[in-house]
Amino acid sequence: MSGFELLLREETPQVLSALVRHYGHFDLAEEAVQEALLAAAQQWPEEGVPDNPRGWLIRVGSRRLTDLLRSESARRKREENAASLAAPEEFFAAGPEIDDPGGQDDTLTLLFLCCHPALSAASQIALTLRAVGGLTTAQIAAAFLVPESTMAQRISRAKRSIKQAGSSFEMPPEAERDARMGAVLHVLYLIFNEGYTASSGTDLHSAELTTEAIRLVRGVRRLLPDDGEVAGLLALMLLTDARRPARTDADGGLVPLAEQDRSRWNKAAIEEGEALVTDALSRTQLGPYQVQAAIAAVHATAERAEDTDWPQIVALYQVLEQISDNPMVRLNHAVAVSMATGPKEALELLEPLDSDHRMTDHHRLEAVRAHLLEMSGDLDGARESYLLAARRTTSIPERNYLRSKADRLGPS
Amino acid sequence: MKYMLLIYSNPESWAGLSAEQREALGRSHEELSRELTEQGLLVSSAGLADPITTRTVSVRDDVPTTTDGPYAEAKEHLAGFYLVECENIDQAIDYAARMPDAKYVAVEVRPVMDSSGLEM
Repeated sequence: MSGFELLLREETPQVLSALVRHYGHFDLAEEAVQEALLAAAQQWPEEGVPDNPRGWLIRVGSRRLTDLLRSESARRKREENAASLAAPEEFFAAGPEIDDPGGQDDTLTLLFLCCHPALSAASQIALTLRAVGGLTTAQIAAAFLVPESTMAQRISRAKRSIKQAGSSFEMPPEAERDARMGAVLHVLYLIFNEGYTASSGTDLHSAELTTEAIRLVRGVRRLLPDDGEVAGLLALMLLTDARRPARTDADGGLVPLAEQDRSRWNKAAIEEGEALVTDALSRTQLGPYQVQAAIAAVHATAERAEDTDWPQIVALYQVLEQISDNPMVRLNHAVAVSMATGPKEALELLEPLDSDHRMTDHHRLEAVRAHLLEMSGDLDGARESYLLAARRTTSIPERNYLRSKADRLGPS
Repeated sequence: MKYMLLIYSNPESWAGLSAEQREALGRSHEELSRELTEQGLLVSSAGLADPITTRTVSVRDDVPTTTDGPYAEAKEHLAGFYLVECENIDQAIDYAARMPDAKYVAVEVRPVMDSSGLEM
């Protein structure tokens, strides 16, 4: 991403908020901002960046929005064929010159709106990337491997759903704040994951999503410096993303944590992530992102895989299991137990997961079982589980990895 | 997650439909397509021409041969597909269940593989 593109992305939520505050009509304002961004991308490289980029974008955006509102009201008039309906003059009363609200930052309000509970996760993600992240529909479509028209529909549908839900551009009421904040952080986490799981080389577009997610969480953290979960999520992303240079080999194959070349990990990201989570744990209310970040920090700060402090990781998973009921946590807990104590105890932890409907058909349960069976010396059982896991996954790199594990155990 | 919904048909089931049923089938697909498109969930979809027009290609010892008709020697054939984005397989199953073809023969729901993955 060029510095120029970064500037536009940073300004996106500010410009959109200014327009929505002034004119209302989130859906059309969002459209207008995209057009202003496009105009900037075309004009600035030739004419130079204006002295006040935000002012420029707001001016161009509000001119465009005024046009959109005019044609909208003309259309409505035609449709209703009712001359008695006055044009909503208040939309235009202030003219296209509106001020930058200055110190007020409405990015959070925007995020709450984009991550509205009436929307599916896929829609929340798409709308957040466009309205808050300033990405174009084409960029988002490329990252999610769908046609641009499909993504355009998804975004306009999301905006319609928000309108129908009667949501306004305001912070959610205090009583809903925590749950809504949880949804916002979850969407940012999903954006990160989408980028992180994309294997490098085959899909560079998606990999950029990790950078975007980190940038967005940094923005939220600037506004909420005392929120431990925001800090925890940022730390988790930094500590995970630090491994990116080492997590795939030259062919795009997955390299497991224990075999990664740790000298290739991003040290600056690890230091920042570790400092963030240490600070959050010492002074804010405990939450699942902080605990996950703490676990990632234990991994990140072990010089060699064999130096990993597994008993500490087990203890952290016990904490995590108490605050979040999630079978995946239990699964990872079992892996940690196998390293700290042994595979037998870990296999016992898997037993309740066999009947957990959330884990039915899940390849990860089988992959972990295979790993534990291999550790315990049951090579036939391990091979069988690796092959079953390979058949169950829908990820090509994971399938290749699991098959190679089975192959290494010899022919069946 | 992307899912492929594969619509199966057979000549008898198709021939056995009344004109109204055939029309209703077309309408149902139009409606479903419109809905999936509006929601931004439709990646791609198409109906396939009658299996009488199918050619099956195989290459043995670098020699390609072409035979008439579908590969699978079954009464049922693939008649069309939808590639859709869904939250989970249950949502994909719900869409499959809305296709009249599911009433006449069956619709298969298959997760699509992707190139992303997590280190283990």
